[in-house]
Amino acid sequence: MFRSISHFIKSFTLFDLLQGLSVTGKFLFKPKVTIQYPEQKTPLSPRFRGHHALRRYPNGQERCIACKLCEAVCPALAIDIELEERPDGTRRTTKYDIDFFKCIYCGFCEEACPVDAIVETHIFEYCFENREGTTITKEELLAFGDKHEAEIAKRKAADAPYR
Amino acid sequence: METLTTFLNSFLPEGLTTLIIILLKIIAILLPLILAVAYTTFAERKIIGYMQVRMGPNRVGPKGWLQPIADTVKLMFKEIISPTKASTVVFIIAPMLALAPALAVWSIIPFWDGGVLADVNAGLLLVLAITSLDVFGVILAGWASNSKYAILSSLRVGAQVVAYEIAMGFALVGVLMAAGSLNLTEIVRAQEGGITNWFVWPLIGLFLVYFISGVAETNRAPFDVAEGESEIVAGFHVEYSGMAFALFFLAEYAMMILISTLTALLFWGGWLSPFGHALDNVPVLGTILGDGFHWLFIKALFFLFCYLWFRATFPRYRYDQIMRLGWKVLIPVTLVWIFGEGVAIALGWKPWL
Repeated sequence: MFRSISHFIKSFTLFDLLQGLSVTGKFLFKPKVTIQYPEQKTPLSPRFRGHHALRRYPNGQERCIACKLCEAVCPALAIDIELEERPDGTRRTTKYDIDFFKCIYCGFCEEACPVDAIVETHIFEYCFENREGTTITKEELLAFGDKHEAEIAKRKAADAPYR
Repeated sequence: METLTTFLNSFLPEGLTTLIIILLKIIAILLPLILAVAYTTFAERKIIGYMQVRMGPNRVGPKGWLQPIADTVKLMFKEIISPTKASTVVFIIAPMLALAPALAVWSIIPFWDGGVLADVNAGLLLVLAITSLDVFGVILAGWASNSKYAILSSLRVGAQVVAYEIAMGFALVGVLMAAGSLNLTEIVRAQEGGITNWFVWPLIGLFLVYFISGVAETNRAPFDVAEGESEIVAGFHVEYSGMAFALFFLAEYAMMILISTLTALLFWGGWLSPFGHALDNVPVLGTILGDGFHWLFIKALFFLFCYLWFRATFPRYRYDQIMRLGWKVLIPVTLVWIFGEGVAIALGWKPWL
């Protein structure tokens, strides 16, 4: 009896509705959580997996020894490697292509690499303007690595204790 | 206005002058109205965004102020596609039929004392008649589209409007009993004398019923089963694109502004100041604190805000719940209230002396 009376009063004074309105009314004035993307950015983890790069040793020599572990582990079959023996007897790649349309950015290539040659960088703001340009060649990867080497090394060092 | 009339009369026949003056008045009402509609859509996205703890549109122009302009330009350049086997004539007429009544009612809305295009004696009846016409656009659009979703939406709108039109009409009957007039200007004048004399206090129940049925009439959340994105895609305007769709949009928002303004006029004293005439003689502030269009504007703006507030707060009613609320709650409430009001008037009780 009391329950039905209180229900009656509640529904005719619109109690529940006003309660709901007060909640949204309060949220109207709360600070907004939106990140204004191009101007503001969220912090990235050192392990963030973005655009690939091939690294060099400080003396300028390529790290990659063409062991093809990355090619083997790649679940999307995105990596394509061909190799040669250089006149100085070292084993090096002649071709190191990554098809960015196939790549799923899993980071297995980076995990597999015994010499830390192939890495995934923090750069995620890139695009392709035609279908032909989606396969990134060895030269481009090396150039990309040279350009961002400082940042890559910093992030590697930050993550090193946890590996 | 008089100088313009005499100027035009100097070289034009009298009938033509009247016509030009009326046309100018119509433009003076409709142009700000359409701008208001555009910026209501912007305000809606902004306010609902803020209530959901996000920013809303803020990229086009400074702080996103040009967003509605960009939207309009986009819609204007889109193709209007008529589905195969759609009844083309009705399909094209329907959006206009939805928009025309929403704009036509503004002719009898008084913006300030005497500031009205057509001072119709039976204004309230005209309001009821024309706002009811508004639903034909929606029904015909759904029917002509040759789409199952659209026809479902039409059926829903039909049933919903029949239910809520009655509650709305009864709420207006309460107002006209209290005011003793059907003329909107007279109704506002009857509320003269400060905030305590406004009809909202003795008629609070009718005010709530009126506003709720107003929300239902305009097919806005939480009564937007006609659109029902999750159930019937977009309801009656699934098949519409480009400017034809924009007309429905325009009609919906013009109706929202209309219902807000009517609520302010009928229950909240329209252009009357809440202080009555007590502060009219205060220097400088007297014109602001006294009666004037700005009070109507503020009140209408508040109810418009309520529309957006409701949309951000309440989930959509189920169809049968809408019918239940309309027939079993709102109509009995209005009937009881009108009966009580009638008794009070017959016995000469305040505030209906």
